[in-house]
Amino acid sequence: MQDDEAALAADTPIAPLDLLVILRHPPHGSSWLREGVDVALVAAAFGQSVGLLFQGDGVFALVEGQRAGPLGQKGTHAQLAMLEMYDIERLWVSASALRARGLTPADLMLPVQLLEADALERLVHAQPHTLLF
Amino acid sequence: MLSYALLVHAAPYSEQGALSALRFAQAAVAQGHRVSSVFFYRDGVHNASTLMAPPQDEVHLAEGWRALAQEHGTELLVCIAASLRRGLMNAEEGVRHGREAHNLEPPFVLTGLGQLVDAMQANDRVITFAP
Repeated sequence: MQDDEAALAADTPIAPLDLLVILRHPPHGSSWLREGVDVALVAAAFGQSVGLLFQGDGVFALVEGQRAGPLGQKGTHAQLAMLEMYDIERLWVSASALRARGLTPADLMLPVQLLEADALERLVHAQPHTLLF
Repeated sequence: MLSYALLVHAAPYSEQGALSALRFAQAAVAQGHRVSSVFFYRDGVHNASTLMAPPQDEVHLAEGWRALAQEHGTELLVCIAASLRRGLMNAEEGVRHGREAHNLEPPFVLTGLGQLVDAMQANDRVITFAP
């Protein structure tokens, strides 16, 4: 358990990025997640500062140990593994979405910052450009 | 006066999003705002099909988009990766992929996601129309 990955303190400032991509769909069953991450990668490749927020079923994207193939879709693990290479290091996760699905940060493939509802609101308000997938 | 870019994820006719996007664009230009570009992504790429043939008593979405481009200079940008997967291609891509037909023509332009990034920087607002 990574109990030190507690929710962001209420007074921690959240700096605006060029783009926040909010991912709300699971990695399998539709192409929402893949096509959302594609936008984040391209924006980063164009020199933009990009952050990702995983909300709702989007938190399943980060679950360690997924395989791609049996369902005929490519999956998104390989894409997410490239985030660091594209300097996309700000990964936020809705704490309540994670809890609701019985997951903890230890189940996830990448280090993330958990956000409780008030911090989520501050994050979204701080961003001039948000795209929802 | 504001400049807008629209991002359309919604497929034509299946979902309200595409029609809402067109109506928003028409209303915005009617009020003197500028809709500089519409970026079609995901199932929204089907808005660009030359072969779209709705019944005559329904709004013709592709014609609506074309009129917006011709009358107001709106760029109609269509994601090439999303399009090729879903069977939309222009003449050039048709040749490249050895197809005897194509179904995407100007003023719709096949382009990359980088153009969406540019549109976000260049406009006052980007509005997404999801399904």
